[in-house]
Amino acid sequence: MFRDALLIAGKDLRIEARSRVVFSQVLPFAILALVLFAFALDADRVALRDFSPGLFWVAVLFAGLLAIQRTTNLEHDDSTIDSLRLSALEPPSIFAGKTMAISVQLLALQALLVLGVLMFYGAAIDSLGDAALLGVTSVVSSVGVAAAGTLYGALTAGIRGRETLLPILLLPVLAPVLIGATRAFDDALGSAAVNGWAWLALLGLFAVVYLVFGLLAYGILLEES
Amino acid sequence: MTSTVQDATNSATGNPGPSDSGTRTTGILCLLGFIVVAALAFFATEPDDVQGDLVRIMYVHVPVAIMSYVGFVVGAIASGYYLRKRSPAADLVAQASIEIGVLAGVLTIVTGAVWGQPTWGTYWNWGDVRLVSMLVLVLLYVGYLALRGVGGDPTSQARRSAVVAILSAFMIPIVRNSVDWWKNRTLHQTSSLTDGQLEDLTLFTLVLSIGVFLLFFVWLTTKRFRLAWLEYQRDELGLGDAIAQRRAEAERGVEAAIANPLRDPASKGSEA
Repeated sequence: MFRDALLIAGKDLRIEARSRVVFSQVLPFAILALVLFAFALDADRVALRDFSPGLFWVAVLFAGLLAIQRTTNLEHDDSTIDSLRLSALEPPSIFAGKTMAISVQLLALQALLVLGVLMFYGAAIDSLGDAALLGVTSVVSSVGVAAAGTLYGALTAGIRGRETLLPILLLPVLAPVLIGATRAFDDALGSAAVNGWAWLALLGLFAVVYLVFGLLAYGILLEES
Repeated sequence: MTSTVQDATNSATGNPGPSDSGTRTTGILCLLGFIVVAALAFFATEPDDVQGDLVRIMYVHVPVAIMSYVGFVVGAIASGYYLRKRSPAADLVAQASIEIGVLAGVLTIVTGAVWGQPTWGTYWNWGDVRLVSMLVLVLLYVGYLALRGVGGDPTSQARRSAVVAILSAFMIPIVRNSVDWWKNRTLHQTSSLTDGQLEDLTLFTLVLSIGVFLLFFVWLTTKRFRLAWLEYQRDELGLGDAIAQRRAEAERGVEAAIANPLRDPASKGSEA
């Protein structure tokens, strides 16, 4: 199963590397969001620095939606998902592979967005421990968001109005990730005195729950209707 | 699946509409229950020492909150049953009970806000765990209803909806806990039922009210389910019926042409 998942992830990432949609469209969108937040908050440097964790994660979630929609559409627009099934790939492997691919894309997006937050909002990473917290939070959150996104992407695939349905369904689901990841970043960027490592537990729980659900439910969603 | 559809259809074809003696009795019981609860809540029970008359909103607020959770849980159970047995009726039960659950959830938020304004001095308080988590949950299930609203192939829609209903039910504890840790404080009272501070009559009224609201949930959900079932039958059987009707009309036309060949030259021609 793991090898199949790696195959799928490799395929999706290769498509991404060649088409560069995430880098040419999703990343600019996320940076644009950061710029708009600055306008909305009247370019107040203190407010921007204090709220940078929350703004960062809202930007990641919105941009992540685009990446998730893109990865889902890859399979469902031309019914390539049927070809994948015909290649004797099990639905859980497909789920795991797509989750990996989205996680990698989200991580790349976050790595660049963190630079944006440091530069535009004046946030600062003070110690190696903070940097580690930042990194681990990003990885765990990405897996959670990617797992939930892959699952809900398949749920809304191929139906009318999926562009509006996916955000309505997915964003309330991701509310715990937004809360947990923002708090952990609060600690790492020093904008609030909280124990960020404790919040990782919630993020980890979320990721595990959605990985398990995805592995179980993805097959049901791919069934022939 | 076809046989279950057929069975269910047969058992329901005798049903002319969403009402029968059972739902009528339940409806009348609900009405009587509401009158008794209102009388107890407004006249018999004492005002609270601290909150005064404001405490009376509890007799609606707590029952509708319970009603919405019941709606979500029943929806998840029915969805699980749908995924196992693929029974269209279970899918429609899930739809009906989640719709009522969302309605009750909105009422919970509204009654809470109405009570919050005079008590806390604000309609909305982001620091309150229960308020915020209820809002997120209602939004989660509004998404479910949106998914049901898009139409398309009914089987695939039922399957997608069932998965969302089950996932959303599992989100209830996660949302609750995350919001709880988020602020780690609440203005909300601890459970009025279990803290043992309620007087006997107040407690009785609250428990009675919860019972009446749960009966009301059963009544509403049954009605909603029957309506959905009729819609389902219309969609499922509509095409077959239409074809049968056209066929019957055609046969009648042929019989008429045989009986009276001179009246309609076109049918005469087809006969020849």
